[in-house]
Amino acid sequence: MSTTTLGTRPQNKAPRTLALGLSRIGYETRLYFRSPDTLLFTFFFPFIMLGIFTAAFSSSGNIGANPDGTGGVSVGTYYLPGMLAAGMLLSGVQNLAVDIAGEKSDGTLKRLGGTPLSPLSYFLGKIGQVFVTAILQAGLLLLVARLVLDIALPTEPGKWATFAWVFVFGVITSAFLGIALSAVPRSGRSATAVVAPVVLVLQFISGVYLQFTTLPEWMQNLASIFPLKWMAQGMRSVFLPESFAAAEQSGTWDLLWVAGALGVWLVLGLVLSRVTFRWIRRDA
Amino acid sequence: MTSTPPAVHVRDLQKSYGGVEAVRGVSFSIAAGETFALLGPNGAGKSTTIEILEGYRDRSGGEVSVLGIDPHRGGLDWKARLGIVLQTSNESGNATVTEQLRHFAGFYPHPRDVDEVIDAAGLREKAKTRVSKLSGGQRRRVDVALGIIGRPELLFLDEPTTGFDPEARHQFWNLIRGLKAEGTTILLTTHYLDEAAQLSDRAGIIVGGRLIDIGPLDEIGEADARVPVVRWRDGNGSVREERTSRPAEVVADLVAIGKGAEPEGLEVIRPSLEDVYLSLVRGHEAMVAGNEAAASANDARPDPSRHTDRDVRA
Repeated sequence: MSTTTLGTRPQNKAPRTLALGLSRIGYETRLYFRSPDTLLFTFFFPFIMLGIFTAAFSSSGNIGANPDGTGGVSVGTYYLPGMLAAGMLLSGVQNLAVDIAGEKSDGTLKRLGGTPLSPLSYFLGKIGQVFVTAILQAGLLLLVARLVLDIALPTEPGKWATFAWVFVFGVITSAFLGIALSAVPRSGRSATAVVAPVVLVLQFISGVYLQFTTLPEWMQNLASIFPLKWMAQGMRSVFLPESFAAAEQSGTWDLLWVAGALGVWLVLGLVLSRVTFRWIRRDA
Repeated sequence: MTSTPPAVHVRDLQKSYGGVEAVRGVSFSIAAGETFALLGPNGAGKSTTIEILEGYRDRSGGEVSVLGIDPHRGGLDWKARLGIVLQTSNESGNATVTEQLRHFAGFYPHPRDVDEVIDAAGLREKAKTRVSKLSGGQRRRVDVALGIIGRPELLFLDEPTTGFDPEARHQFWNLIRGLKAEGTTILLTTHYLDEAAQLSDRAGIIVGGRLIDIGPLDEIGEADARVPVVRWRDGNGSVREERTSRPAEVVADLVAIGKGAEPEGLEVIRPSLEDVYLSLVRGHEAMVAGNEAAASANDARPDPSRHTDRDVRA
């Protein structure tokens, strides 16, 4: 056979992969905002929950108040960090697991697999989309917290530095875990049924909906295996007064543990994503 | 012609899923610039063959070269030279026609102009419509448009006109003729034999995972299957037929017998590709049935005709 390869020239691969990845981010983000299901269950869900909790529990007074009713923080203030953490989890895990499982079963991935799009560009697009939407979501949550719920936000730069690394680290970890989890559902239709309960249970045991410090110890220990507990704890360290640290499991914010747990889950997510991702389900 | 390597070369291709042999020793070549149709009943192994060439499936045996490269090892540069129109798709389609084409055009080093492709595919009026809002036939045109946006050297069309109305099919044929004129090599599978006759230079017929015939369209089938039929109504009004390789002679005789009177309902029918195809497929199936009856002692044999050529992974 001839080895003629008409029209193939050495291309500058890395910049091209990056450029296509950036173009994917724009495309994916646009499609994200056109999908009503995704918008409701990943983007606006934390807003809805924050609204409900604030409305339902505000009458029972501040959380962490002294016996005489002074001190503590408002219900909204208390729940804000949990909702930010939930948003990170939803934007990554729920969004991508459902999205990619759907793309696998509806032929989107098969079509892309027949084009010269590098899987790396595809992943850049997905992770970038998660970042863009998670940043918009967190920004909007903070804005609503400040302007609508009148929650005082921290002013110390150190707190915001903590916010930044917990957020970036948590969102990347969530994104990779979402890609890894997308391999589990057998069809696009069953994806929501597989993914939503996992995410929901995590939110209940990790201190998003229920005050983490009031949960039984075994549940706290169980939650500590999973990343959401650590994201929520990191966020509490930013938005709650130092006095609340005493109520945490070890009596401190344990930011090193937050970083360590997210690091382990990030590596796990990366490896699982790499091992399980296929443009198409391989045949025998 | 002889100096140019073939665009596609397949030798003794085999593919089995578990114990089922879907493709059992298929060989053919497609010259650069040629349009080749792969015909055959459902489950014959057409789509399995085409998906091996596209790099979606791994073969169990045989040799395959597509644009000089083994599809199993085809990288992104290789994919950039292909255009693939898959059999079915049901993507959510939240992008508009223009958005999706523009985005896909960015994947390729030398894409076609997006507006030209939209016009050629007859999608001008739907250019700003989301794909999810299109009819089945219109979505199929988007599939075709996405297949050609990268200016492919080799275009795979797997049942491209399913769901098209007659006008859309004729538009599509013109589009494909334009691609042929530009030198695009095309591998087509279709259930519409007139489509194969309109577009392709040569055809191969796959039945039961085997290529039972291959050749230029006017030579497919045995010479016997192409013998024309002269049909007319005799004096009693009953329809008469005569198979003959010399139809003019038969007609002349009829006229002579009738002393110059015009024979009633006179037709000279040349078997269409469809007739030739059906007789080939039936002949092959009868032969296989005969063989299987003879070898019926072994009834555990897998039946290749029960394997559908739809995507088995779906």
